[in-house]
Amino acid sequence: MKTGSKTLRSNIITYGLVVVFYIVMQGLYMTDNLSSLMEGLMVPLCYYMILAVSLNLVVGISGELSLGHAGFMCVGAFSSAVFARLVDEKIPGMAEIIIAILIGAAFAAIFGFLIGIPVLRLKGDYLAIVTLAFGEIIKNLINAVYLGVDANGLHVSLKDTKSLNLLEDGDIIIKGAQGIGKLPRNATFTIGIILLLITLFIVINLVNSRQGRAIMSIRDNRIAAESIGLSVSKYKLTAFVISAALAGVAGVLYSHNLANLQATSKNFGYNQSIMILVFVVLGGIGNIRGSMIAAVILTILPEKLRFLNDYRMLIYAIVLIAMMILNSAPKVVAWRKVMAEKYFPHKGKINEPGEA
Amino acid sequence: MSNTNERYLLDVEKISIAFGGLKAVDDFSIKIKKNELYGLIGPNGAGKTTVFNLLTGVYHPDTGYIKLDGEDLTGKKTIEINNAGIARTFQNIRLFSNLSVADNVKAALHHKYSYSLLEGILHLGKYGKVEKETEERAYELLKVFELDQYAEYKASQLPYGKQRKLEIARALATDPKLLLLDEPAAGMNPQETKELMDTIRFVRDNFDMTILLIEHDMKLVSGICERLTVLNFGHMLCEGETKTVLNNPEVIKAYLGD
Ligand SMILES: Nc1ncnc2c1ncn2[C@@H]1O[C@H](COP(=O)(O)OP(=O)(O)OP(=O)(O)O)[C@@H](O)[C@H]1O
Ligand SMILES: [Mg+2]
Repeated sequence: MKTGSKTLRSNIITYGLVVVFYIVMQGLYMTDNLSSLMEGLMVPLCYYMILAVSLNLVVGISGELSLGHAGFMCVGAFSSAVFARLVDEKIPGMAEIIIAILIGAAFAAIFGFLIGIPVLRLKGDYLAIVTLAFGEIIKNLINAVYLGVDANGLHVSLKDTKSLNLLEDGDIIIKGAQGIGKLPRNATFTIGIILLLITLFIVINLVNSRQGRAIMSIRDNRIAAESIGLSVSKYKLTAFVISAALAGVAGVLYSHNLANLQATSKNFGYNQSIMILVFVVLGGIGNIRGSMIAAVILTILPEKLRFLNDYRMLIYAIVLIAMMILNSAPKVVAWRKVMAEKYFPHKGKINEPGEA
Repeated sequence: MSNTNERYLLDVEKISIAFGGLKAVDDFSIKIKKNELYGLIGPNGAGKTTVFNLLTGVYHPDTGYIKLDGEDLTGKKTIEINNAGIARTFQNIRLFSNLSVADNVKAALHHKYSYSLLEGILHLGKYGKVEKETEERAYELLKVFELDQYAEYKASQLPYGKQRKLEIARALATDPKLLLLDEPAAGMNPQETKELMDTIRFVRDNFDMTILLIEHDMKLVSGICERLTVLNFGHMLCEGETKTVLNNPEVIKAYLGD
């Protein structure tokens, strides 16, 4: 039967784009054709794309507004950084980062679960408010924490390093607002792309499963979904926790790309959460491929526009508006459909929202 | 009572609900036998949809009980009631409008065709086999309503009459014992209504279904319903065989006096 043939093609395009992106970037890098600025953006591009795709799962597929995505990234970053410091190069870098990814995902998922359980039972936009608060709280909390380790195990304090009461050979891991230093910096572009592909695999497969159908049915009509026996809170929570876990993975990539990890307003504050939301909105809510493309453009653009100095944000704003129009103006959408039909004729009749 | 020993599929006794001061449904009782095609009629605002909302756990009755096949469903949640075997359609259509026609039905096959979340994410294990079965079953149901050729359309792209049919197909997909249809012919032209009557009869006979429907179209009601209950201002005006009820002077008065 023909259902899914178009979805399948669309998904292959999505994975294909990522692979092409990888080959082009890696090629430019190997042949020394990448500016140092772009080189520095290789790993960030990966985690921004992961963040955009994972937030799309909540905002686009599940239809809930989350304003704390950077908070889950923060949890993933710090839990994995603590782990990296605890093993302290005692295990090979590759093994370290794989375990770190699992730890970051798990911790972010636990936080997602704890937040989702009470909030997703409520009808209405409570999630936006609670996630916004969560993002800020987690950031400030981490700024206040001191964590050290010695032969007696872990020591935690909210005061200062002295009150950790470490032994002579003790090692301070989190130093309050100064964060975590001496990190392995073993994240690579290749690892980033693999994680992005895994993220896509998880989100796209979920959308095309019975669980994904339940999530999207609930988004489209809660009352009808309940009338056919679907549990609203269960599936909203499923989407939210998976999304949080994937944001945690992005956080691991973030923390393993730095020597020093700090929780600031810039990296884990609500501005960052809003930025990720902008990727999703501009890329088209529910459009996975679009949110990746938006993430890339909006990450590279501000850097490229630096030479404009004072005019930078003005041009940036104009580009944002232009993208918005390009993405959703009815005439442009119609034109895009005509072009797509012309160059990629197919029999499928609809563009499913969850489709990549 | 002559038939106290007879077991009803749906046994509702004196349920009531008030919204603020308004008694929307007052002491409503209804007994429906298995395989019956039963009509619930009454003027606008009589409380018919509210009865459906009470039966499906959208509201919980202040008094009385609701039993399906002997199982007490009073106060249960909508999901539990669907699992127990009541499925419904809505007066103001409630489809999953961004999903395809096929996916609307597949969503309702959720519990009957199942695999774990992990299998769903990895597309491994039972995923392939169960998805294929889900697809086959969905198309089977769509065929009954002649919707299979629209399977890949977005649900919101269907014309009104077909959307109503899709809602019935979706409700049936949950494999209910009792099907509640809220004004299934609303917005249909006479030809579509005639076809719908055939479809409803077909569903009753071929799915061994018990059906309770709300309808204003008297041609449909007198054409397919075996028994009727008439509601007026939240009260039961009368009940019985369709012909008898429709000739009852009080019923005629309620309708004309509206
Ligand atoms: N949630 C609610 N809150 C307050 N009043 C309600 C609510 N639901 C229904 N009502 C009221 O209950 C009464 C019965 O409404 P209901 O929708 O059941 O009528 P109906 O018989 O289905 O009418 P129609 O034929 O127009 O569909 C109306 O007066 C309506 O305004
Ligand atoms: Mg009604």
